[in-house]
Amino acid sequence: MKPMSRREFVKLSGTGLAIATLPGFLQNALAKSSGENAYNLYFQRFGVDQDTIRKVMAEALSFGGDYCDLFFQHELSNSIRLQDNIVSSASTNIRLGVGIRVLKSEQTGYSFTEDVSLDAMKKAAKTAGGIASSGKKLPPVEFNFPSFPSYYKTDVSWEDVAVKQKVDILMGINDAVFKEDSRVIKATVNFADSENYIMIATSDGTIATDYQPMLRISVGCTAEQDGDRETNYFDFSARDDIRFLNPSRITRLPKEAVARTVKLFKAQDAPAGELPVVLAAGSAGILLHEAIGHGMEADFNRLGLSVYSEKINQKIAESFVTIVDNGTNENVRGSINVDDEGNPSEETILVENGIMKSYLHDRISAKHYGVKPTGNGRRESFKHNPMPRMRNTYMKSGPHEFEEMISTVKFGILADQFTNGQVNIGPGDFTFYVKSGALIENGKITAPIKDVNIIGNGPEVLKKITMVANDMKLAEGGWTCGKNGQGVPVSQGMPSVLVSAITVGGKA
Amino acid sequence: MIKNSEKQTLYLAEKIAKAKGADETSIGFSQSRDVSVEYRDDAIEKLTESTSQSLWIEIYANGRYSSHSTNDIKKEALSKFIENAVDMTKYLEEDKFRKLPNPDRYKGQTQKELDLYDASLEKLTPETRIANAKALVDELKGKDKRTISISSSFSDSQYYSRILKSNGFEGEREGSSVVHGASISLADENDKKAEGWGYYRARHLNDLVDVPTTTAEALVRAQDSIGREKVETGLYPMLFENRSAGGILWRILGALRGSAIQQKTSFLDGLKGENIASELLSIMDNPHIVRGLGSKIYDDDGFATKPMPVITNGVLNNYYIDDYYGRKLDMEPTTGGTSNLEFGLGKRDGSAIEKDLDKGILVTEFLGGNANGTTGDYSLGVAGWLIENGKRTKAVGEMNISGNLKDLLMNLIEVGNDPWIHSSFRSPALLFDKISFSGN
Repeated sequence: MKPMSRREFVKLSGTGLAIATLPGFLQNALAKSSGENAYNLYFQRFGVDQDTIRKVMAEALSFGGDYCDLFFQHELSNSIRLQDNIVSSASTNIRLGVGIRVLKSEQTGYSFTEDVSLDAMKKAAKTAGGIASSGKKLPPVEFNFPSFPSYYKTDVSWEDVAVKQKVDILMGINDAVFKEDSRVIKATVNFADSENYIMIATSDGTIATDYQPMLRISVGCTAEQDGDRETNYFDFSARDDIRFLNPSRITRLPKEAVARTVKLFKAQDAPAGELPVVLAAGSAGILLHEAIGHGMEADFNRLGLSVYSEKINQKIAESFVTIVDNGTNENVRGSINVDDEGNPSEETILVENGIMKSYLHDRISAKHYGVKPTGNGRRESFKHNPMPRMRNTYMKSGPHEFEEMISTVKFGILADQFTNGQVNIGPGDFTFYVKSGALIENGKITAPIKDVNIIGNGPEVLKKITMVANDMKLAEGGWTCGKNGQGVPVSQGMPSVLVSAITVGGKA
Repeated sequence: MIKNSEKQTLYLAEKIAKAKGADETSIGFSQSRDVSVEYRDDAIEKLTESTSQSLWIEIYANGRYSSHSTNDIKKEALSKFIENAVDMTKYLEEDKFRKLPNPDRYKGQTQKELDLYDASLEKLTPETRIANAKALVDELKGKDKRTISISSSFSDSQYYSRILKSNGFEGEREGSSVVHGASISLADENDKKAEGWGYYRARHLNDLVDVPTTTAEALVRAQDSIGREKVETGLYPMLFENRSAGGILWRILGALRGSAIQQKTSFLDGLKGENIASELLSIMDNPHIVRGLGSKIYDDDGFATKPMPVITNGVLNNYYIDDYYGRKLDMEPTTGGTSNLEFGLGKRDGSAIEKDLDKGILVTEFLGGNANGTTGDYSLGVAGWLIENGKRTKAVGEMNISGNLKDLLMNLIEVGNDPWIHSSFRSPALLFDKISFSGN
């Protein structure tokens, strides 16, 4: 549990929104806390107590719903931007509200309110409760308050970081970008941080809380050479505090952004057609996210809509392929201590030694399959209902070596920077966009290539992963996964792998 | 929707900000009410209903600027929120280009009744919404024996927003939107499930395309996607259906923005007045289409909107330049964002063009991909049909198209007369020559 911050600091340093919306009485409750006290701080933050929650639940279940939960959220976010050599734009945002969900079998009623008063919550509860139409259920008499391990311990609240400190970091990076290469003509640095306080109360009698910090810093630059221009970027994201931005990371940001940009001047058009592709370790995990991750989200499977429905316990890849979705990686962007339905996070094994093991579950699907929830019930905000969503999805290291892999390719490509991907769950067709990479000719990496889309079919491509190296790396940047209009922060990872054939969308 | 109390909230916010040290402010309030029903097979899957609000404030103080938003607008909270916002602004650097717009740009709002709000939505009952969603599913039942599942949705929303700028602009906008759609999943070979969808959006309920048309589209899309194969890599003429043409053409819009021009990340930089496309291409930005999905009386800067030619017979007429980037570029601002895009039309519709195609690809769907706005390079996943002698001979999928948007625009060889009016991007069918497809 993170201590709440010292309010007087706000005034002195221009930290932004901070305390703005907190009820006055909270200002006396700022001491460090643990155990039951920690829950009290959340009760105070939202101005509710157990009795209020019971009253709202009674209303939600008064039409005969089987289950209900309340998702309280208070999120404070800040961003500042450097453009044209000055930090002249900043913004802050406050999001406060409670989402109320009622389940009747596999049917969902959902409503939310931004007014966390008893009357407003009862009204929303009544709306959500309308999914059911007969009977009546009573709220729990007692709540239990489980504690969860913390996968993102932090010392400094983002509320306590002065704007000036961020401005100085951005200015330093900007100077370094222009010093790095005289071809750079424009640089932009964006810095965003947020603190998300959530509390989930379920009619099963559980109240869970979490404090979820996040930062993202992104450096973009445009360079010009012989009348040609190229743009690229480099970014970091983590569930962490300001200490994440240590000198070595601050140095890498401008260096990598510039290197990635000027490299594109040398790039030639990518080839077209079915080719062997080596994916470099790191954010190439986007392939897993699209090719298998979404297809393993159990909401699609319980309805029989996914290409992976009914493939549990079947062999779907070579025996050196093990794929997990993990919410417990220390300070990683997609990690969560508890999911947005109050279930603990974990490492869920999707594929073990080539055999399909488990779907990613939310509450509804876990109940449907009669299994324990996997901690994948996530949502964008209190305005949204939870669904099975990924966290950090990656393949574990395998037995091969990167150089060995390259040496087996006669003509193909190496893909090392990715920007986006997409999948159609039913047929399993997916794509991902390669921002930059290189040709492989006769077992050697040759000319750089850029801007090429790769398209394949999930189950078919998994079978064609013929080599997996021993160099697993998690992505460092800020990935956001979109599903049914909801975005959630995720990460992914990959060792270097060889896909023996996949359609590369270069120029014919 | 509520109005008067919010007007007072904006005046109050302006007063607080000025008292705390802001020189100028731009303050907005928005509220929306959204209701939706999702139906699957024999039962409701999800009902959602909520109202949400947001207040935002832009602060101009001592040549400095910042923007802030909150959904907590209780009086006490608001006062502290604004105090902190003004305080934070002091720690930023001066930006001489940050100013409120010249008030002359606020004048001259259209007097035309755009009819963007459908009051009849206020009277919709939960029972009607559920019945509407159920009707979509029922229409698809029994239509294909390979059916795994059928789902549908019916949703409607109403929004209201008000802006107050301290140099004399006050405006309000309201509107509504209603969407219905259906999707069907069919069993295909090798555990694959074919998916098809059809959906329509309108400002007014009675403009919504009927249920049989919507569901028929979903069914045809699902059936068409069964047994898709790749075709040989090569250059082919490519025909886009009217509803899918936006899938590639919207990618030029980013390169038309003032921020992209000023930041030198646009492949269209320096080409105003030049020929950038086939003379068959004309695009007009028209904010005043009655019941238009992108229609608006003023833009985000408070500028009174007016129709603006973007491309005429292949010549680039205007960029989308907002007030801030106009100042930075030392160019006259136009407007910061698109409204409705209307195309100059040809003589026949997409299906007539298709029948005349000797050999080419009809693109009906996109899957992922991206474009590089700085260079114009694009590479996108597509699916559709191989057309030979005017006939659909093979369903194609798992293919990419790649090239440069500059070449694509020049290679436009026919424009349909069938604009897709169910979107603010009202493209007709478009036929391009010599597009690079990669497959086998």
